[in-house]
Amino acid sequence: MSVISAPDKLRVTPDAIEEAAKLLYIRALKILPDDIKQGFFRLDSTETDGLAKSVLATMIENIAVAERTENLLCQDTGIPIFNVQIGRDVEVDGWALKQAIARGTERATREHPLRSSVVHPITRVNAHTSCGAHVPVIHIDFVETPRTLRLEMIPKGSGSENGSFLQMLIPADGLSGVKRFVVDAAIKAGGKVCPPTILGVGVGGTSDLCMHLAKVAATRPLGSVCADAEGAKLEVELSEAVNSLGIGPQGLGGDSTAFAVHVEVAATHITMNPVAVNVQCHSARRASATFTPEGVEVGF
Amino acid sequence: MAHHTLHMPCTEADIRKLRVGDTVTLQDTLFGIRDATQIHMFDRGRRTRFDLNGHAVIHTAPNVRKVEPTGTNQAGYEAVCIGTTTSDRMERFTRPLMEREGVRIIIGKGGLRDDSARAFQELGGCYLAVIGGAAALETTWITAIEDVDLDDLNPESLWRFAIRDFGPLIVGMDAHGGSLYRDVQSSVEARRAAVLAKLGA
Repeated sequence: MSVISAPDKLRVTPDAIEEAAKLLYIRALKILPDDIKQGFFRLDSTETDGLAKSVLATMIENIAVAERTENLLCQDTGIPIFNVQIGRDVEVDGWALKQAIARGTERATREHPLRSSVVHPITRVNAHTSCGAHVPVIHIDFVETPRTLRLEMIPKGSGSENGSFLQMLIPADGLSGVKRFVVDAAIKAGGKVCPPTILGVGVGGTSDLCMHLAKVAATRPLGSVCADAEGAKLEVELSEAVNSLGIGPQGLGGDSTAFAVHVEVAATHITMNPVAVNVQCHSARRASATFTPEGVEVGF
Repeated sequence: MAHHTLHMPCTEADIRKLRVGDTVTLQDTLFGIRDATQIHMFDRGRRTRFDLNGHAVIHTAPNVRKVEPTGTNQAGYEAVCIGTTTSDRMERFTRPLMEREGVRIIIGKGGLRDDSARAFQELGGCYLAVIGGAAALETTWITAIEDVDLDDLNPESLWRFAIRDFGPLIVGMDAHGGSLYRDVQSSVEARRAAVLAKLGA
Protein backbone atom coordinates (compact mmCIF):
# COMPACT_ATOMS: atom_id res chain seq x y z
CA MET A 1 0.00 0.00 0.00
CA SER A 2 1.69 3.20 -1.08
CA VAL A 3 0.70 6.72 -0.28
CA ILE A 4 2.28 9.48 -2.30
CA SER A 5 2.19 12.77 -0.50
CA ALA A 6 2.51 16.02 -2.40
CA PRO A 7 3.65 18.95 -0.25
CA ASP A 8 0.14 20.18 0.45
CA LYS A 9 -2.07 17.32 -0.80
CA LEU A 10 -2.61 13.69 0.06
CA ARG A 11 -2.73 11.58 -3.08
CA VAL A 12 -4.18 8.09 -2.78
CA THR A 13 -3.76 5.77 -5.75
CA PRO A 14 -6.37 3.25 -6.95
CA ASP A 15 -3.86 0.44 -6.31
CA ALA A 16 -3.58 1.46 -2.66
CA ILE A 17 -7.39 1.51 -2.37
CA GLU A 18 -7.66 -1.93 -4.00
CA GLU A 19 -5.13 -3.46 -1.60
CA ALA A 20 -6.85 -1.84 1.38
CA ALA A 21 -10.31 -3.02 0.28
CA LYS A 22 -9.07 -6.60 -0.03
CA LEU A 23 -7.26 -6.51 3.31
CA LEU A 24 -10.17 -4.86 5.15
CA TYR A 25 -12.80 -7.33 3.90
CA ILE A 26 -10.77 -10.29 5.18
CA ARG A 27 -9.72 -8.56 8.40
CA ALA A 28 -13.29 -7.50 9.21
CA LEU A 29 -14.49 -11.09 8.85
CA LYS A 30 -11.84 -12.39 11.29
CA ILE A 31 -11.24 -9.86 14.06
CA LEU A 32 -14.05 -8.37 16.11
CA PRO A 33 -13.55 -4.73 17.19
CA ASP A 34 -12.54 -4.17 20.84
CA ASP A 35 -15.74 -2.26 21.65
CA ILE A 36 -17.81 -5.33 20.68
CA LYS A 37 -15.57 -7.65 22.73
CA GLN A 38 -16.00 -5.33 25.72
CA GLY A 39 -19.75 -5.37 25.04
CA PHE A 40 -19.73 -9.17 25.36
CA PHE A 41 -17.88 -9.07 28.68
CA ARG A 42 -20.34 -6.44 29.99
CA LEU A 43 -23.37 -8.53 29.01
CA ASP A 44 -21.81 -11.69 30.42
CA SER A 45 -21.23 -10.00 33.78
CA THR A 46 -24.86 -8.90 34.13
CA GLU A 47 -26.75 -11.80 32.53
CA THR A 48 -28.93 -13.67 35.06
CA ASP A 49 -30.29 -16.51 32.88
CA GLY A 50 -28.26 -19.73 32.94
CA LEU A 51 -28.87 -20.80 29.34
CA ALA A 52 -28.22 -17.24 28.11
CA LYS A 53 -24.91 -17.20 30.00
CA SER A 54 -23.82 -20.42 28.28
CA VAL A 55 -24.82 -19.00 24.89
CA LEU A 56 -22.74 -15.88 25.56
CA ALA A 57 -19.82 -18.06 26.68
CA THR A 58 -19.93 -19.95 23.36
CA MET A 59 -19.93 -16.65 21.44
CA ILE A 60 -16.94 -15.40 23.45
CA GLU A 61 -15.13 -18.70 22.88
CA ASN A 62 -15.81 -18.34 19.14
CA ILE A 63 -14.09 -14.93 19.06
CA ALA A 64 -10.95 -16.54 20.53
CA VAL A 65 -11.14 -19.57 18.19
CA ALA A 66 -11.45 -17.26 15.15
CA GLU A 67 -8.33 -15.33 16.19
CA ARG A 68 -6.36 -18.47 17.10
CA THR A 69 -7.21 -20.33 13.88
CA GLU A 70 -7.20 -17.12 11.78
CA ASN A 71 -10.64 -18.08 10.58
CA LEU A 72 -13.81 -16.15 9.88
CA LEU A 73 -15.98 -15.38 12.93
CA CYS A 74 -19.19 -16.18 11.04
CA GLN A 75 -19.72 -18.01 7.78
CA ASP A 76 -21.82 -15.14 6.46
CA THR A 77 -19.46 -12.98 4.44
CA GLY A 78 -22.34 -10.53 4.14
CA ILE A 79 -23.06 -7.79 1.67
CA PRO A 80 -19.83 -5.79 1.43
CA ILE A 81 -20.32 -2.14 2.42
CA PHE A 82 -17.58 0.48 2.16
CA ASN A 83 -17.86 3.89 3.78
CA VAL A 84 -15.34 6.36 2.38
CA GLN A 85 -14.57 9.61 4.18
CA ILE A 86 -12.53 12.05 2.16
CA GLY A 87 -10.96 14.95 4.01
CA ARG A 88 -9.83 18.29 2.65
CA ASP A 89 -6.72 18.49 0.46
CA VAL A 90 -7.04 14.94 -0.77
CA GLU A 91 -6.48 14.05 -4.40
CA VAL A 92 -8.29 10.93 -5.46
CA ASP A 93 -9.93 9.82 -8.68
CA GLY A 94 -13.44 9.08 -7.42
CA TRP A 95 -14.48 6.85 -10.31
CA ALA A 96 -11.25 4.85 -10.10
CA LEU A 97 -11.73 4.56 -6.33
CA LYS A 98 -15.08 2.84 -6.82
CA GLN A 99 -13.61 0.39 -9.35
CA ALA A 100 -10.67 -0.28 -7.02
CA ILE A 101 -12.98 -1.13 -4.11
CA ALA A 102 -14.86 -3.64 -6.29
CA ARG A 103 -11.57 -5.18 -7.50
CA GLY A 104 -10.31 -5.51 -3.92
CA THR A 105 -13.58 -7.14 -2.88
CA GLU A 106 -13.44 -9.62 -5.75
CA ARG A 107 -9.79 -10.45 -5.03
CA ALA A 108 -10.52 -11.09 -1.35
CA THR A 109 -13.31 -13.45 -2.41
CA ARG A 110 -11.20 -15.39 -4.92
CA GLU A 111 -7.83 -15.32 -3.19
CA HIS A 112 -8.77 -16.11 0.44
CA PRO A 113 -11.22 -17.72 -0.69
CA LEU A 114 -14.49 -16.40 0.76
CA ARG A 115 -18.05 -17.46 0.09
CA SER A 116 -19.60 -15.02 -2.34
CA SER A 117 -22.92 -14.22 -0.69
CA VAL A 118 -24.10 -11.95 -3.51
CA VAL A 119 -26.56 -12.96 -6.24
CA HIS A 120 -28.53 -11.27 -8.99
CA PRO A 121 -31.88 -10.38 -7.37
CA ILE A 122 -34.03 -11.83 -10.15
CA THR A 123 -32.04 -14.74 -11.65
CA ARG A 124 -30.41 -15.56 -8.26
CA VAL A 125 -27.17 -16.33 -10.15
CA ASN A 126 -24.01 -16.02 -8.04
CA ALA A 127 -21.01 -14.65 -9.95
CA HIS A 128 -18.71 -15.77 -7.09
CA THR A 129 -17.14 -12.31 -6.88
CA SER A 130 -19.12 -10.80 -3.94
CA CYS A 131 -19.92 -8.07 -6.47
CA GLY A 132 -22.89 -7.19 -8.66
CA ALA A 133 -25.03 -4.23 -9.63
CA HIS A 134 -24.51 -1.53 -6.95
CA VAL A 135 -22.53 -4.01 -4.81
CA PRO A 136 -20.18 -3.45 -3.03
CA VAL A 137 -22.35 -0.73 -1.51
CA ILE A 138 -20.18 2.39 -1.43
CA HIS A 139 -21.00 5.52 0.56
CA ILE A 140 -18.79 8.53 -0.01
CA ASP A 141 -18.72 11.48 2.35
CA PHE A 142 -16.55 14.59 2.53
CA VAL A 143 -15.21 15.71 5.90
CA GLU A 144 -13.12 18.57 7.22
CA THR A 145 -10.07 16.56 8.46
CA PRO A 146 -7.14 17.67 6.27
CA ARG A 147 -5.11 15.21 4.15
CA THR A 148 -6.93 12.13 5.40
CA LEU A 149 -8.89 9.46 3.59
CA ARG A 150 -10.66 6.82 5.66
CA LEU A 151 -12.00 3.60 4.24
CA GLU A 152 -14.35 1.63 6.48
CA MET A 153 -15.46 -1.89 5.55
CA ILE A 154 -18.60 -3.52 6.94
CA PRO A 155 -19.59 -7.05 5.90
CA LYS A 156 -23.31 -6.86 6.67
CA GLY A 157 -24.79 -10.21 7.59
CA SER A 158 -28.15 -11.21 6.13
CA GLY A 159 -29.80 -12.65 9.23
CA SER A 160 -29.71 -9.24 10.84
CA GLU A 161 -30.29 -7.29 7.60
CA ASN A 162 -33.52 -9.23 7.06
CA GLY A 163 -34.59 -7.63 10.37
CA SER A 164 -35.14 -4.22 8.74
CA PHE A 165 -38.29 -2.24 9.32
CA LEU A 166 -39.60 1.11 8.07
CA GLN A 167 -42.80 2.91 8.99
CA MET A 168 -43.91 6.29 7.70
CA LEU A 169 -45.58 7.35 10.92
CA ILE A 170 -47.46 10.64 11.02
CA PRO A 171 -47.00 13.56 13.43
CA ALA A 172 -50.11 12.53 15.44
CA ASP A 173 -48.38 9.22 16.25
CA GLY A 174 -45.80 11.26 18.17
CA LEU A 175 -42.64 10.02 19.83
CA SER A 176 -44.68 7.31 21.54
CA GLY A 177 -45.42 5.85 18.11
CA VAL A 178 -41.70 5.79 17.40
CA LYS A 179 -40.94 4.00 20.67
CA ARG A 180 -43.72 1.47 20.15
CA PHE A 181 -42.46 0.74 16.64
CA VAL A 182 -38.92 0.02 17.89
CA VAL A 183 -40.11 -2.31 20.67
CA ASP A 184 -42.37 -4.19 18.24
CA ALA A 185 -39.55 -4.46 15.68
CA ALA A 186 -37.32 -6.03 18.35
CA ILE A 187 -40.09 -8.51 19.19
CA LYS A 188 -40.72 -9.35 15.53
CA ALA A 189 -36.99 -9.83 14.88
CA GLY A 190 -36.74 -12.13 17.93
CA GLY A 191 -33.89 -14.62 17.68
CA LYS A 192 -33.72 -14.48 13.89
CA VAL A 193 -31.31 -11.51 13.89
CA CYS A 194 -28.68 -13.24 16.03
CA PRO A 195 -28.94 -11.31 19.31
CA PRO A 196 -27.30 -9.76 21.25
CA THR A 197 -27.59 -7.04 18.63
CA ILE A 198 -27.00 -3.38 18.08
CA LEU A 199 -30.45 -2.10 17.24
CA GLY A 200 -30.09 0.86 14.88
CA VAL A 201 -32.94 3.35 14.82
CA GLY A 202 -33.39 6.10 12.25
CA VAL A 203 -35.77 8.92 13.13
CA GLY A 204 -36.80 11.55 10.59
CA GLY A 205 -35.59 12.37 7.09
CA THR A 206 -37.18 10.85 3.99
CA SER A 207 -37.97 7.14 3.74
CA ASP A 208 -34.60 6.25 2.20
CA LEU A 209 -32.62 8.59 4.47
CA CYS A 210 -34.43 7.21 7.53
CA MET A 211 -33.41 3.66 6.61
CA HIS A 212 -29.85 4.81 5.94
CA LEU A 213 -29.72 6.47 9.37
CA ALA A 214 -30.82 3.18 10.95
CA LYS A 215 -27.89 1.42 9.23
CA VAL A 216 -25.45 4.13 10.35
CA ALA A 217 -26.76 3.72 13.91
CA ALA A 218 -26.54 -0.09 13.81
CA THR A 219 -22.92 -0.04 12.63
CA ARG A 220 -21.63 2.70 14.97
CA PRO A 221 -19.08 1.58 17.61
CA LEU A 222 -20.44 0.66 21.03
CA GLY A 223 -19.96 3.52 23.48
CA SER A 224 -20.61 6.17 20.84
CA VAL A 225 -23.55 8.45 21.52
CA CYS A 226 -26.03 10.13 19.17
CA ALA A 227 -24.87 13.70 18.43
CA ASP A 228 -28.43 14.97 18.90
CA ALA A 229 -29.36 15.40 22.59
CA GLU A 230 -32.94 14.16 22.10
CA GLY A 231 -31.66 11.19 20.11
CA ALA A 232 -29.18 10.40 22.89
CA LYS A 233 -32.00 10.41 25.47
CA LEU A 234 -33.98 8.02 23.29
CA GLU A 235 -30.97 5.66 23.07
CA VAL A 236 -30.91 5.25 26.87
CA GLU A 237 -34.66 4.72 27.18
CA LEU A 238 -34.91 2.25 24.29
CA SER A 239 -31.82 0.27 25.35
CA GLU A 240 -33.41 -0.36 28.73
CA ALA A 241 -36.79 -1.19 27.16
CA VAL A 242 -35.45 -3.68 24.60
CA ASN A 243 -33.37 -5.44 27.25
CA SER A 244 -36.45 -5.81 29.47
CA LEU A 245 -38.26 -7.95 26.89
CA GLY A 246 -36.47 -11.21 27.73
CA ILE A 247 -35.63 -12.22 24.13
CA GLY A 248 -32.04 -12.99 25.10
CA PRO A 249 -29.02 -14.20 23.12
CA GLN A 250 -30.14 -16.22 20.08
CA GLY A 251 -33.76 -15.63 21.13
CA LEU A 252 -33.51 -18.42 23.71
CA GLY A 253 -34.46 -16.10 26.59
CA GLY A 254 -32.41 -13.89 28.91
CA ASP A 255 -31.46 -10.29 29.64
CA SER A 256 -28.91 -9.79 26.86
CA THR A 257 -31.04 -8.90 23.84
CA ALA A 258 -29.08 -5.86 22.63
CA PHE A 259 -25.61 -4.50 23.36
CA ALA A 260 -27.30 -1.14 22.82
CA VAL A 261 -29.94 0.74 20.89
CA HIS A 262 -28.34 3.46 18.74
CA VAL A 263 -30.32 6.35 17.30
CA GLU A 264 -29.54 8.70 14.42
CA VAL A 265 -31.79 11.61 13.53
CA ALA A 266 -32.43 13.83 10.51
CA ALA A 267 -34.77 16.75 10.07
CA THR A 268 -38.05 15.80 8.47
CA HIS A 269 -41.17 17.30 6.87
CA ILE A 270 -43.96 18.90 8.92
CA THR A 271 -46.33 16.12 7.84
CA MET A 272 -43.92 13.23 8.43
CA ASN A 273 -42.64 11.14 11.34
CA PRO A 274 -40.65 8.31 9.76
CA VAL A 275 -38.91 5.65 11.83
CA ALA A 276 -36.68 2.81 10.69
CA VAL A 277 -34.94 -0.08 12.41
CA ASN A 278 -31.86 -1.87 11.09
CA VAL A 279 -30.16 -4.57 13.12
CA GLN A 280 -26.50 -5.47 13.52
CA CYS A 281 -25.91 -9.03 14.78
CA HIS A 282 -23.47 -9.97 17.56
CA SER A 283 -20.83 -10.58 14.91
CA ALA A 284 -20.72 -6.78 14.60
CA ARG A 285 -17.79 -6.65 12.22
CA ARG A 286 -15.92 -3.58 11.02
CA ALA A 287 -12.44 -2.75 9.77
CA SER A 288 -10.91 0.51 8.61
CA ALA A 289 -7.83 1.92 6.92
CA THR A 290 -6.86 5.56 7.38
CA PHE A 291 -4.58 7.11 4.77
CA THR A 292 -2.52 10.14 5.86
CA PRO A 293 0.80 11.60 4.65
CA GLU A 294 2.47 9.41 7.31
CA GLY A 295 1.12 6.19 5.78
CA VAL A 296 -1.77 3.80 6.26
CA GLU A 297 -3.16 2.83 9.64
CA VAL A 298 -5.38 -0.22 9.85
CA GLY A 299 -7.88 -0.50 12.70
CA PHE A 300 -11.58 -0.72 13.33
CA MET B 1 -31.96 -31.52 31.37
CA ALA B 2 -30.13 -34.53 29.95
CA HIS B 3 -27.23 -34.74 27.53
CA HIS B 4 -27.43 -37.17 24.61
CA THR B 5 -24.93 -38.38 22.04
CA LEU B 6 -26.47 -39.42 18.73
CA HIS B 7 -24.70 -41.33 15.95
CA MET B 8 -26.12 -40.51 12.55
CA PRO B 9 -28.35 -41.84 11.05
CA CYS B 10 -30.70 -42.24 14.02
CA THR B 11 -34.16 -43.71 14.66
CA GLU B 12 -37.50 -42.20 15.62
CA ALA B 13 -37.09 -43.75 19.10
CA ASP B 14 -33.78 -41.84 19.54
CA ILE B 15 -35.55 -38.57 18.72
CA ARG B 16 -38.57 -39.18 20.95
CA LYS B 17 -36.19 -39.37 23.94
CA LEU B 18 -35.12 -35.74 23.48
CA ARG B 19 -36.87 -32.96 25.41
CA VAL B 20 -36.71 -29.19 24.99
CA GLY B 21 -33.73 -27.86 26.95
CA ASP B 22 -31.69 -31.08 26.66
CA THR B 23 -28.33 -30.94 24.94
CA VAL B 24 -27.13 -33.17 22.11
CA THR B 25 -23.77 -33.98 20.54
CA LEU B 26 -23.89 -35.48 17.05
CA GLN B 27 -21.40 -37.92 15.57
CA ASP B 28 -20.40 -39.21 12.13
CA THR B 29 -22.44 -37.48 9.40
CA LEU B 30 -24.26 -34.22 8.81
CA PHE B 31 -25.82 -32.73 5.66
CA GLY B 32 -25.70 -29.01 4.80
CA ILE B 33 -28.78 -27.54 3.14
CA ARG B 34 -30.02 -24.01 2.41
CA ASP B 35 -32.75 -21.87 0.80
CA ALA B 36 -31.85 -22.53 -2.85
CA THR B 37 -31.22 -26.25 -2.21
CA GLN B 38 -34.73 -26.71 -0.85
CA ILE B 39 -36.41 -24.43 -3.40
CA HIS B 40 -34.90 -26.64 -6.12
CA MET B 41 -35.69 -29.91 -4.29
CA PHE B 42 -39.27 -29.18 -3.33
CA ASP B 43 -40.55 -26.43 -5.64
CA ARG B 44 -38.76 -27.58 -8.81
CA GLY B 45 -38.85 -31.32 -8.21
CA ARG B 46 -35.10 -31.99 -8.20
CA ARG B 47 -33.91 -35.13 -6.43
CA THR B 48 -30.67 -35.84 -4.61
CA ARG B 49 -28.61 -38.98 -4.89
CA PHE B 50 -27.96 -38.75 -1.12
CA ASP B 51 -29.97 -40.92 1.27
CA LEU B 52 -31.10 -38.52 4.00
CA ASN B 53 -33.22 -41.10 5.82
CA GLY B 54 -32.74 -40.78 9.61
CA HIS B 55 -30.18 -38.02 9.13
CA ALA B 56 -29.63 -34.48 10.38
CA VAL B 57 -29.48 -31.42 8.11
CA ILE B 58 -27.99 -28.08 9.08
CA HIS B 59 -29.04 -24.76 7.57
CA THR B 60 -25.76 -23.61 6.06
CA ALA B 61 -23.87 -22.46 2.98
CA PRO B 62 -20.19 -22.91 3.76
CA ASN B 63 -17.00 -21.10 2.82
CA VAL B 64 -14.92 -23.70 0.97
CA ARG B 65 -11.65 -24.01 -0.92
CA LYS B 66 -11.29 -26.15 -4.08
CA VAL B 67 -8.65 -28.86 -3.66
CA GLU B 68 -7.55 -32.03 -5.45
CA PRO B 69 -9.91 -34.86 -4.39
CA THR B 70 -8.28 -37.12 -1.78
CA GLY B 71 -9.33 -40.04 0.40
CA THR B 72 -11.25 -37.92 2.91
CA ASN B 73 -12.17 -35.09 0.55
CA GLN B 74 -13.69 -36.93 -2.41
CA ALA B 75 -15.74 -33.88 -3.34
CA GLY B 76 -12.64 -31.78 -3.98
CA TYR B 77 -13.60 -29.20 -1.37
CA GLU B 78 -11.93 -28.31 1.89
CA ALA B 79 -13.74 -26.45 4.67
CA VAL B 80 -12.71 -22.82 5.25
CA CYS B 81 -15.54 -21.72 7.54
CA ILE B 82 -18.82 -23.50 8.12
CA GLY B 83 -21.55 -21.92 10.23
CA THR B 84 -25.30 -21.66 10.43
CA THR B 85 -27.90 -19.38 8.92
CA THR B 86 -31.33 -18.23 10.15
CA SER B 87 -33.79 -21.13 9.91
CA ASP B 88 -37.06 -19.18 9.77
CA ARG B 89 -36.80 -18.59 6.01
CA MET B 90 -36.89 -22.35 5.43
CA GLU B 91 -39.92 -23.01 7.63
CA ARG B 92 -42.12 -24.42 4.85
CA PHE B 93 -39.58 -27.10 3.92
CA THR B 94 -39.60 -28.91 7.28
CA ARG B 95 -42.50 -31.23 6.45
CA PRO B 96 -41.34 -32.19 2.91
CA LEU B 97 -37.80 -32.77 4.25
CA MET B 98 -39.23 -35.21 6.76
CA GLU B 99 -41.97 -36.80 4.62
CA ARG B 100 -40.11 -37.16 1.33
CA GLU B 101 -36.51 -37.51 2.48
CA GLY B 102 -36.92 -39.04 5.96
CA VAL B 103 -34.88 -36.31 7.72
CA ARG B 104 -35.13 -36.54 11.55
CA ILE B 105 -33.14 -33.54 12.76
CA ILE B 106 -32.95 -29.95 11.59
CA ILE B 107 -30.11 -27.84 12.99
CA GLY B 108 -30.17 -24.08 12.72
CA LYS B 109 -30.47 -20.79 14.55
CA GLY B 110 -33.42 -18.65 15.55
CA GLY B 111 -35.94 -21.51 15.54
CA LEU B 112 -38.85 -22.63 13.38
CA ARG B 113 -42.60 -22.00 13.68
CA ASP B 114 -45.71 -23.92 14.67
CA ASP B 115 -46.08 -25.89 11.39
CA SER B 116 -42.62 -27.32 11.96
CA ALA B 117 -43.44 -28.07 15.60
CA ARG B 118 -46.47 -30.06 14.39
CA ALA B 119 -44.38 -31.93 11.80
CA PHE B 120 -41.78 -32.81 14.46
CA GLN B 121 -44.54 -34.10 16.74
CA GLU B 122 -46.40 -36.11 14.10
CA LEU B 123 -43.43 -37.55 12.25
CA GLY B 124 -40.84 -37.80 15.03
CA GLY B 125 -38.33 -35.03 14.45
CA CYS B 126 -36.62 -32.23 16.33
CA TYR B 127 -34.86 -28.89 15.94
CA LEU B 128 -31.44 -28.46 17.49
CA ALA B 129 -30.12 -24.94 18.08
CA VAL B 130 -26.51 -24.24 17.28
CA ILE B 131 -25.14 -20.84 18.31
CA GLY B 132 -25.43 -18.57 15.28
CA GLY B 133 -22.34 -16.59 14.41
CA ALA B 134 -20.05 -19.07 16.18
CA ALA B 135 -18.80 -20.48 12.90
CA ALA B 136 -15.07 -20.56 13.68
CA LEU B 137 -15.88 -22.90 16.57
CA GLU B 138 -18.40 -24.91 14.54
CA THR B 139 -15.80 -25.46 11.80
CA THR B 140 -13.58 -27.30 14.33
CA TRP B 141 -16.38 -29.91 14.74
CA ILE B 142 -16.31 -30.76 11.01
CA THR B 143 -13.55 -33.14 9.97
CA ALA B 144 -14.14 -33.27 6.21
CA ILE B 145 -16.40 -32.37 3.32
CA GLU B 146 -17.07 -35.92 2.14
CA ASP B 147 -19.31 -35.26 -0.82
CA VAL B 148 -21.53 -32.70 -2.51
CA ASP B 149 -24.68 -32.87 -4.64
CA LEU B 150 -26.67 -30.23 -6.58
CA ASP B 151 -23.40 -28.31 -6.78
CA ASP B 152 -24.63 -26.02 -9.55
CA LEU B 153 -26.26 -24.19 -6.63
CA ASN B 154 -22.88 -23.60 -4.92
CA PRO B 155 -22.52 -22.41 -2.20
CA GLU B 156 -26.11 -23.54 -1.57
CA SER B 157 -25.29 -27.10 -2.63
CA LEU B 158 -26.30 -30.18 -0.64
CA TRP B 159 -23.17 -30.96 1.37
CA ARG B 160 -22.19 -34.12 3.22
CA PHE B 161 -19.88 -33.41 6.13
CA ALA B 162 -17.98 -35.84 8.32
CA ILE B 163 -18.30 -34.63 11.92
CA ARG B 164 -16.77 -35.39 15.30
CA ASP B 165 -18.32 -34.18 18.60
CA PHE B 166 -20.65 -31.75 16.80
CA GLY B 167 -22.10 -29.75 19.67
CA PRO B 168 -23.32 -29.41 22.33
CA LEU B 169 -26.52 -28.36 20.59
CA ILE B 170 -29.66 -27.29 22.45
CA VAL B 171 -32.97 -29.08 21.81
CA GLY B 172 -35.04 -26.04 20.77
CA MET B 173 -38.07 -27.99 19.51
CA ASP B 174 -38.82 -31.62 20.39
CA ALA B 175 -41.01 -34.45 19.08
CA HIS B 176 -43.64 -33.84 21.77
CA GLY B 177 -44.79 -30.41 20.55
CA GLY B 178 -42.40 -28.49 22.79
CA SER B 179 -40.73 -25.30 21.51
CA LEU B 180 -38.35 -23.12 23.46
CA TYR B 181 -38.94 -20.40 20.85
CA ARG B 182 -42.71 -20.42 21.41
CA ASP B 183 -42.16 -20.28 25.18
CA VAL B 184 -39.82 -17.29 24.90
CA GLN B 185 -42.11 -15.54 22.41
CA SER B 186 -45.11 -15.91 24.79
CA SER B 187 -43.10 -14.57 27.69
CA VAL B 188 -41.89 -11.62 25.58
CA GLU B 189 -45.46 -10.82 24.47
CA ALA B 190 -46.52 -10.89 28.12
CA ARG B 191 -43.85 -8.34 29.04
CA ARG B 192 -44.62 -6.00 26.13
CA ALA B 193 -47.37 -3.95 27.80
CA ALA B 194 -45.25 -3.17 30.88
CA VAL B 195 -42.26 -2.21 28.73
CA LEU B 196 -44.39 0.15 26.63
CA ALA B 197 -46.03 1.65 29.72
CA LYS B 198 -42.62 2.49 31.19
CA LEU B 199 -41.71 4.21 27.90
CA GLY B 200 -44.96 6.18 28.01
CA ALA B 201 -45.86 4.56 24.68
